[in-house]
Amino acid sequence: MSHFNAALLERAQELIALYPDPRSALIPLCHLAQEQDGWLRPEAMSEIGELVGVTAAEVQGTATFYDMLHTEPVGTYVVSVCTNIACLLGGAAELLEHAEASLGVRAGSSTPDGVFTLEESECLADCDRTPCVQVNHRYVGGQTPDTFDRLITDLRAGTLADTIPSHGTLVRVRRTVGLEADRDQVASERSAMAAAQQVRAQAAAKSGDGA
Amino acid sequence: MAITDAPKIVTRRLEYDDSHTLERYLATGGYEGLRKALSMTPEAVAAEVDAASLLGRGGAGFPAGRKWSMLRKNPVTYLVINGDESEPATFKDHLLIEGDPHQIIEGVMISAYALQVTQAFIYLRGEFALGLERLQTALNEAYAHGAVGRDIFGSGFSLDVVVHPGAGAYICGEETALLESLEGKRGFPRIKPPFFPAVTGLYGEPTVVNNVETMANIPWIITNGGAAFAALGEGRSTGTRLFALAGKVRNPGTYELEMVKTTFRDLIYAPVLGGGISGGNELKAFIPGGVSAPWFGPDQVDLPLGQDEVGSAGSMLGSGSVVVMDSSTCMVRAAWRITKFFSRESCGQCTPCREGSGWLERIMYRIENGAGREEDLDLLMDLCDNISPGVAWPPQQTTICVLGPSIPSSIASGIRMFRDEFLVHIKDGGCPFD
Repeated sequence: MSHFNAALLERAQELIALYPDPRSALIPLCHLAQEQDGWLRPEAMSEIGELVGVTAAEVQGTATFYDMLHTEPVGTYVVSVCTNIACLLGGAAELLEHAEASLGVRAGSSTPDGVFTLEESECLADCDRTPCVQVNHRYVGGQTPDTFDRLITDLRAGTLADTIPSHGTLVRVRRTVGLEADRDQVASERSAMAAAQQVRAQAAAKSGDGA
Repeated sequence: MAITDAPKIVTRRLEYDDSHTLERYLATGGYEGLRKALSMTPEAVAAEVDAASLLGRGGAGFPAGRKWSMLRKNPVTYLVINGDESEPATFKDHLLIEGDPHQIIEGVMISAYALQVTQAFIYLRGEFALGLERLQTALNEAYAHGAVGRDIFGSGFSLDVVVHPGAGAYICGEETALLESLEGKRGFPRIKPPFFPAVTGLYGEPTVVNNVETMANIPWIITNGGAAFAALGEGRSTGTRLFALAGKVRNPGTYELEMVKTTFRDLIYAPVLGGGISGGNELKAFIPGGVSAPWFGPDQVDLPLGQDEVGSAGSMLGSGSVVVMDSSTCMVRAAWRITKFFSRESCGQCTPCREGSGWLERIMYRIENGAGREEDLDLLMDLCDNISPGVAWPPQQTTICVLGPSIPSSIASGIRMFRDEFLVHIKDGGCPFD
C-alpha cells in the first residue's frame, strides 16, 4: 500500500523517469510528500527510499540537511521572515519581534492551533522589498507590522488561498512534455552513453591518473 | 564616468507585464539566436562566446568561453545551470528566472549545441516557487514550439532540459555541492582536485556548470556577435552586468549597467539608479559584491564596476550585489548578522569553517549585546586567521570550498574600518545604536 496517493505516485514516477539516476529525484519527491502531508512523515521517507533505491535512513540523512524539508510537523502556513543583511537594514529584527508577539510563538515554532509556523530565514533573494517575507515560499512583498497583521488575518480567513497554496514548492509545477519520447530511442541513447562512459573509464584507467 | 547608453542585454523585455510568455518572447526576437546558432558549426558558436570574453556571472567570474574549451578536449556529457542564487542581498537571477525564463532556456539551448551535450539540468533554489512555475511553463512552451526536445527546429540536434528544485541550502550554490544535491545527496562540496566538474562532474561525467545570468547573455551574443559584446565594458570586464542594489538607498533594485564605465557612485547616487542614501544620511560603508566580499568605505565609491578594478582594490565584484550601509547602521550588528549566516549555512565538513564560524558568531553576539571583552578583537582576528591564514584578499583557504575563507571578510572589515565602534560597544557594555 503506497503512502503517496495515486496521483502523487504517478507524478513521482514521472519525476524519477527524468533522471539518468533515480536518486536524483530524491529531493523533488520530498517536495511531493510535503505537498501531501505538510511534512516528511517516516512512512513517506521509507517510500521515497524504495522508489529511488536508497534506504529510509539515507532519505532522512539527506532531508535533514535542507531547510525546506521538515522532518517534524509544521503549520498549514510556514511564514518565513528574512533577517539577513539587506532585510536587517530594512527593519527585519523589529518585524520578527512583532511577528513573534502577534502570533504568540517564538521563531522556529508553531501556533497551538497548527495554522502557522514562524521561521527566521536567511536571504530569500527579494532584497529590494524589505523586510522580505514568504508564506509557504510565496513572496508577499516587504512587510510592516501593520501589513503583517493584515496578512495573518487574511490567511486565517482563507482569502489568500489562490495566491498562497498549501505546502509543496512543486504544487503548481507540471512538466507536460518530453516524456512521450520514443522508448527505443531513449534506450539506444542510454546504451550509447554507457558505452561512451566505458571508453572514457578505460582511457582514464590506462592513463593511470584516475581522472 | 557616467551611465552609458549601452543596450540592455538581459533585461530588455522586463518592461512588459507578460515578459515571461512565449508570445512576448517571440515578438521580441526570441529564439532567433538559437536558429542562427543551429545554422553554424558548434565550434563557431563557441568561438563567438569566446570572442565576447564573457565572464561567468555567478560570483567567481571565470571566463565562460575558457570553461567550455576545457570541455571540448573531453567529450562532455552534461550541462548544468546554477540557479541557486542564495548569496545574501543578491536578487538578480530571481528577476531573470521569473521575468524572462525563455531567454535562459535559449541560452541553455545554444550552449548545449556548442558543447554538443544532449542533457541539461537547470537547478533552481527551492524557495523560488514562482520561478519554478514560470520556468517549467516556459519549458513546456519551448518544447511545443520545437525549440527544445528532439530535432530542434529541424536541425537534427536534440536536447532534453530538466528543471530541478533545490530545498534550501546556501552551500548548494557551490558548483560541486550543487552536483551532489542534484544527485539526491546532502550538499557537501567535493574535495579538490579535480578542481573542475569538467573532469568529474554530475554522475562522475564531464560537466559544465554555468550561472543563470551567464546563460541569459548567450542569445544576444550569438545574434549580435561576440565582438559587439566585447566592445562594451573595458579590459577583461566586457558587456553589461546586473547589479543588485540593496540596503540604505532610496531606490533599491536590480540595474543592468555597462561594466567598468559605471562607478559605485553612479549606482548608489544617480537619480535613475539608487537615488542616494535613504533618509538623507551619510554613506558609511558598502559591500561591493555579496557578503563574502570585504567592505569598502566612502573613499572607494568612485571605483568602476569592473572585476579587476574591484579585485585590485582588495575586494571582489562577486555576485554583483551591492549593500549600502549608512550613518545609522551599527557595523558590529551588520558583521554579526553576516557571521551568523555563515555559521548557519556551513555544511559542517571542515573544522575551521564549522567550529570557527560558530565561535566567531558567539563572540560577535556578546560584543553587540554588551558582554564583550577588550581582548575579543584580537581573539576574533586570531580565529579569522585560523580559518584563512593572513586574513588577506584574495584569501588563503584551509577548507574544501570557499565558504570558509568568506567568513572573515565582514569581521575583518568591521574591525579594520570601525575599530572604535567595536570598542565603544565593549566599553559602554551595549550597542550605541539601540
